[in-house]
Amino acid sequence: MSATSTDIFRLLDVEKTYDIGRASASLFGAGKRRKLAALDGVRLTVKPGESLALVGESGSGKTTLLRVLLGLTAPTDGRALFREKEIAELKGDDRDRFARDVALIYQDARGSLNPRMTVLDLVAEPLDHHGLCPRAERRDRVAALLQRVGLPAEMMGRYTSALSGGQVRRVAIARALASNPSVLVADEAVSGLDVSTQAQLLKLLRDLQRDMGVSLVFITHDLGVAAYLCERIAVMYLGRIVETGATREVLTAPAHPYTRALLNASPKFFAPIAEPLPGEIPSPIDLPKGCRFAGRCVEARDDCRLTDPALRADGARAFACLHPLDRPRALG
Amino acid sequence: MAAALAIPRSDPAGATPAAAPADALLRVENLSLTRGEKLILDDVSFALKRGATLALVGESGAGKSTIALALIGLLARPQVGLDGRMLFDGADLATSSERDWLRLRGRRISMIFQDASSALNPCFTVGAQLMTPLRRLLGLSKAQARKRAVELLEGVGLSDAESRLDAYPHQLSGGMQQRVMIAIALSTNPELLLADEPTSALDVTIQAQIVRLILDETRKRGASCIFVLHDLALASQACDEIVVLYGGQVMEAGPAETVLREPLHPYTVGLKACVLEIDTEELEPLPSGSPSFASKRPGCRFAPRCASALEKCAGEKPPLIETRGRRLACWNPVA
Repeated sequence: MSATSTDIFRLLDVEKTYDIGRASASLFGAGKRRKLAALDGVRLTVKPGESLALVGESGSGKTTLLRVLLGLTAPTDGRALFREKEIAELKGDDRDRFARDVALIYQDARGSLNPRMTVLDLVAEPLDHHGLCPRAERRDRVAALLQRVGLPAEMMGRYTSALSGGQVRRVAIARALASNPSVLVADEAVSGLDVSTQAQLLKLLRDLQRDMGVSLVFITHDLGVAAYLCERIAVMYLGRIVETGATREVLTAPAHPYTRALLNASPKFFAPIAEPLPGEIPSPIDLPKGCRFAGRCVEARDDCRLTDPALRADGARAFACLHPLDRPRALG
Repeated sequence: MAAALAIPRSDPAGATPAAAPADALLRVENLSLTRGEKLILDDVSFALKRGATLALVGESGAGKSTIALALIGLLARPQVGLDGRMLFDGADLATSSERDWLRLRGRRISMIFQDASSALNPCFTVGAQLMTPLRRLLGLSKAQARKRAVELLEGVGLSDAESRLDAYPHQLSGGMQQRVMIAIALSTNPELLLADEPTSALDVTIQAQIVRLILDETRKRGASCIFVLHDLALASQACDEIVVLYGGQVMEAGPAETVLREPLHPYTVGLKACVLEIDTEELEPLPSGSPSFASKRPGCRFAPRCASALEKCAGEKPPLIETRGRRLACWNPVA
C-alpha cells in the first residue's frame, strides 16, 4: 500500500453513509437520526495493469464502492483518489481525462445501451464525445473495436434489439474500450448468461486485459469468475473489506471465515452441498459492536462480539479477523 | 423412500440407465412439441423414480423450461402441438383435460419458479398466498390454514414466521421470497416438485441454503424433484439423474455421476468445460451459436457447433442409444 504516484486508484479509509431519516418515534421513543454505513473504512489501491475482483453478497457495499470509484457519489469521509487527485473534485481537463480513462461495463448491458441507436453509433459515441477520431475514420475504428470483441463488422448497422444477450455484452465492452481507457470497471458483467456465453466473455475479458494492459476492477459474487479473471481479490462484508490478497492464495487458504463460507457455498463437482452459511447479510443500520460477521460466523468467540477487528496486513495478505483460520504461512 | 435416498448416487451396476425403471413416478416418452413451424421439443424421453431428483440442463433454448411447463400443464395448448406421452403415476398428462389438471396442479405436482419476486403476487400478503392452496386444495379452515402456514414458513427456515404472514412480498429479501415460494409449493405435499432455476437470481450463499432446503424438504416427504439448471457443478451436487438437452433434443442422459464424470457427448463435454471452479486456469468455451428449430432439418441440432461433427451428423439424427451406463445420441462420441 505504498503511496506511489503510479497507482490509478487509491482509496484511503473511504466511508459512505446515507442518512435514512429518523427512526419511527412511536417505536423507538424520541426517534434518533439513523445512518446507513454503506462503506466503512475501505482502503484499496488499483495499480496499472492490475486486475482486482470485488466479491461479496448483495448488500456488502460492492456497488457503492464502484460508484465512489466512478465519481458518481462522493465519500462522506476519507479520500478517493484517481491518479492522486480527489475523484469527486475533478474538474475541466482532469474530469475529461477521467471520463476517457475509466470505462464502465454495466451489469445490465442491454439497459445501458440506447435501443434507438445503431451499434455503430453506440460504439462511436465515446469517440465522438471525446473527439478522438476524425469523422472519416469512424467506421474503421468501430469495425476494429467490434473485431476486438469478436463481432463481425456487419453488425454496425443493427440495433441492440436484434442482438443476443452475449452479443449485447460484447457491444458494451467495445463501447467501453472505445476511448482507450486505462481502467475497465465491470459490475457483474457476465451474470445471467448461459455458461457457454459466460465462458466466451470471460476469456475475451481476460485476453483484452492482458493484451491491452488495462486495469480491471471486476465486481462479482462468483468466486470461480474472480479466480479466473483477477490476480487480486477483495472480499467485502457489510461495507468493509474483510480479506484481500492474491486471488489464488486467498481462495486456496482463506484466513477469514467469511471467505471460507463463500468458498463452501460455490458449487463444486460431485462434492456434497456444504453446510450453508446461516442467515442473511444483516441490515447495515445500527450495526452491533464487535465483528460484523460474528452473528453468522461458526468460529465466533466471546471477544468477537465485543471487539471490532481492524484489517491487518500479513505480507501481501490482509484480513480483519480476531481468530483467523489456520493456513500455511503466506509466502513473501 | 428415505432409505433409498441414503444410498450413494452412483448405481453400482449402472445397468439400467433411466430407461424405464419399474417404480417410475414420471415417464416422459417421445415428447415432441411444435409451435407454429418450429419443433421446440424433439422426441424427448426420460424417467424419474419416486423420491429421486433429476436435472434438466442445457443452454437457453434447450427446452428445459418448456418441459417443466408441459409437466405442470401451463403451456398455451391451442398454440402448441404436443405429441408423445407424459405418464405421471400411470396417467398421461399430455391428454389431461383442464379438469384433470385442477386435481393435479398444485396438489400432486407443484412448481417453484425462477423469479420469486414476479411469481408472488405483490398485492397479497404472504399469508394470503400461502393459505390459499391450504384452504382451496386441502379444505382447511381459516384458523387451521393459518396455523399450518406458520409451520410451513418455519419449515423453510423463515424466522418470526407468525409476523411474516402479514408481510407483502416486497418487504422480504430475494432469499426469503424464494423460501415463501418453496413453502407454497410444498404446502400440499406434492409428489413431484418442479424447480425452474430456483437460485439463479440469488447470492451463492443463499443459493446453497435454498438448494439444500429443496432437497431436504422433498426427501422428507418422499417426493421427486426436477431441477432446471444451467450449472453443471450444482447439478452434480444436487441430482441423481441428469438430462442434457440441446435445441429440444436429448443429447445425453443418465445418472448424474456417470454422465458428468465421464461425459461422452461433445456437447456435455463442452458445457462441462465452461464451468468455472476455483482452480480453473484455462477455459475452452464452446463456439457461439444457437440451435435451429426448423422441423425439417434432419440431423443432430448440435452439429453446426460441434468440433467433432462428421458429415453424417448434419444429415441424419443420431438415435438415443444405451451405452456405458447412460443414454447417448451422438454419431461421434468422445472416446
